[in-house]
Amino acid sequence: MHIVVCIKQVPDSAQIRVHPVTNTIMRQGVPAIINPFDVFAIEEALRLKDRFGGRITVLTMGPPQAEDALRKAIAYGADDVILLTDRAFAGADTLATSFALAQTIRKIAEEHPVDLVFTGKQTIDGDTAQVGPGIAKRLGLQLLTYVSAIDSLDLEERSITVQRRSEGGVQVIRTRLPALITMLEGSNQIRFAGMDDMFRSARFEVPKWNKERAGIEDVSKIGLKGSPTVVSKIFTPRPRAVRAQMIGADLDASGTANAVLDTLSSQHLRLAQELGLITA
Amino acid sequence: KRLELDPRLAAYKGIWVFVEMERGQVHQVSWELLGEGRKLADILHVELGAVILGGSSDALGGAARSAFTYGADVAYIVADPILADYRNEPYTKAMTDLVNRYQPEILLLGATTLGRDLAGSVATTLLTGLTADCTELAIDPDNRGLLATRPTFGGSLLCTIQTLNYRPQMATIRPRVMAMPDAVPERSGRIVAENLQMREDDIIAKVLTFIPDDAQEQAQLAYADIIVAGGRGLGKAENFRLIWDLAAVLGAEVGGSRPVTHAGWLPADRQVGQSGKTVRPKLYIAAGISGAIQHRVGMEASDVIIAINNDPNAPIFDFATYGIVGDAVQILPALTDALRSRLAVNRRAG
Ligand SMILES: Cc1cc2nc3c(=O)[nH]c(=O)nc-3n(C[C@H](O)[C@H](O)[C@H](O)COP(=O)(O)OP(=O)(O)OC[C@H]3O[C@@H](n4cnc5c(N)ncnc54)[C@H](O)[C@@H]3O)c2cc1C
Ligand SMILES: Cc1cc2nc3c(=O)[nH]c(=O)nc-3n(C[C@H](O)[C@H](O)[C@H](O)COP(=O)(O)OP(=O)(O)OC[C@H]3O[C@@H](n4cnc5c(N)ncnc54)[C@H](O)[C@@H]3O)c2cc1C
Repeated sequence: MHIVVCIKQVPDSAQIRVHPVTNTIMRQGVPAIINPFDVFAIEEALRLKDRFGGRITVLTMGPPQAEDALRKAIAYGADDVILLTDRAFAGADTLATSFALAQTIRKIAEEHPVDLVFTGKQTIDGDTAQVGPGIAKRLGLQLLTYVSAIDSLDLEERSITVQRRSEGGVQVIRTRLPALITMLEGSNQIRFAGMDDMFRSARFEVPKWNKERAGIEDVSKIGLKGSPTVVSKIFTPRPRAVRAQMIGADLDASGTANAVLDTLSSQHLRLAQELGLITA
Repeated sequence: KRLELDPRLAAYKGIWVFVEMERGQVHQVSWELLGEGRKLADILHVELGAVILGGSSDALGGAARSAFTYGADVAYIVADPILADYRNEPYTKAMTDLVNRYQPEILLLGATTLGRDLAGSVATTLLTGLTADCTELAIDPDNRGLLATRPTFGGSLLCTIQTLNYRPQMATIRPRVMAMPDAVPERSGRIVAENLQMREDDIIAKVLTFIPDDAQEQAQLAYADIIVAGGRGLGKAENFRLIWDLAAVLGAEVGGSRPVTHAGWLPADRQVGQSGKTVRPKLYIAAGISGAIQHRVGMEASDVIIAINNDPNAPIFDFATYGIVGDAVQILPALTDALRSRLAVNRRAG
């Protein structure tokens, strides 16, 4: 069995700050991490490999620094990694990103046919959740989004049964391989990297593919050119004009509480009625 | 900025909203989007269409009638037992066939799990642009294009995205961001019914079972009228009891900021904010919440916001309706008690 896991390197958004004067994102010094949602995808692939054997290839498209994310994936236990990197990919939206990734997976499959592709639920920077469905449609894979558990996998029958989150419940769905799974957060917990894998990762020569290596000839489908969406404006949310009206500055807790209820009763009649504070 | 659209694309006319039905129930975000779609359609002087897919034509007919009352001029319906449960393949096929046939210029879907699964697949199949998780929609007067605005980097910034040379222009929109429109009962419209060009044998994926969430357990946060929310300022998990107590007296749902769901003080589905739920209650009480932008974007549309915080300079006071500077651990029980006694008095009087 051959599993491809797609991961993205993202800035650790918990540490992202907006410059108070220029309103620009301050990226300097913000560490880059594997998109947290993708770690669940890596772990789920590793668990399948534990049970069924086979190999795991981790793929990312990004700048040369994204090599660090792949090295980390090796430490977790991936067999192989590919860094898809080429200036021509810059500025890609999700349509162009899924084209480039799908094309690369096709190329990977020429050597080792691919049974399953994993992605995360979404990223924490672009946050669209569109790349997984995009890759699946382009490759004609069965799409299984928001998967919380893999119930069964039968490599003879080439069938897979999963639980996926849907509105108001969980859908248990059975389909055929090859399939693409977007993994829900919290569905598993990443293992500790083993010593052997850590050593292997330190020495690992990360293969870098440019667009030619990925078999992409048509540059009109990648990067900015291949992106139907255009970011036309970036701005900060406008502040609300009025500050809160302060209540109970010189009262004790109980006095304050009553002052709040008095204010609601006099200023917000309908709400106060619905709360039962005043009778109609 | 004027754009000469390829005549083939200029033929795309009208605004469509996907009416999301799961288990015979229409998701409320669909009505919210029809309300918003109506405004855009009036600006563009085009029809507003509702796309309704599902298993039984009766249920779809009912949904279509509701869609008309919320502003749709026409309902595009595909009823087929194959569409009874949501599955990506037949829904993508039904939707893309409709789009290719009737060519709307804008297609809006709710940013729900179902809506995002479908939108991503439809946009890739149609090879067009899709803007995710929008909070604001407008029309560019220069080129009648859609201006879709979405929060980025956790809400610290907003960006406006356009799909210039591709049609339809697609966007998913968060539930509760657009106001619920008033139904106009006497409004009606046209129904266009199409067949699904698929047989069950063509479809590989089979739904074996559906396990509904326990309605009691499930937080109905997004659509709650009253919410009491707590933040890290409560200090420790045990103090959350004060939040639950107040909520019980108010008949409110309980919410929280990200640090408290991450710390396990509260289940994850009760997180309010950019990476949690967007809410619009009539009353939102925030205790020990600083009012960081990622929290604010999820709750600032509330009618009345009461903030309790011991720091007079906390950012939440910049946008709350009422502010109380004080220790939430003391104010919360005082509020609960004061409420309880007033409600008791009113009940005796009423
Ligand atoms: C502020 C901002 C807003 C944007 N808004 C939009 C928008 O509305 N519409 C749009 O089409 N594009 C948008 N983009 C562009 C989009 O972020 C990029 O196309 C990006 O390459 C992939 O999208 P994502 O980060 O949303 O990934 P998602 O679709 O959220 O990612 C899902 C999964 O796909 C995999 N994946 C994603 N990217 C890669 C990668 N480079 N390499 C390997 N695997 C990957 C990961 O497993 C990930 O968990 C936006 C970008 C920014 C910075
Ligand atoms: C990508 C991203 C997504 C995010 N998404 C979300 C999201 O969806 N929702 C969300 O909430 N956050 C989100 N955050 C986190 C957000 O930036 C803030 O860190 C978070 O909202 C702060 O939570 P808090 O107000 O509870 O805690 P703090 O910021 O620690 O604030 C605690 C507040 O309590 C006050 N306080 C302390 N003691 C008392 C007391 N005894 N009585 C009264 N007040 C007291 C303090 O003055 C302070 O204002 C996100 C961040 C990122 C980067």
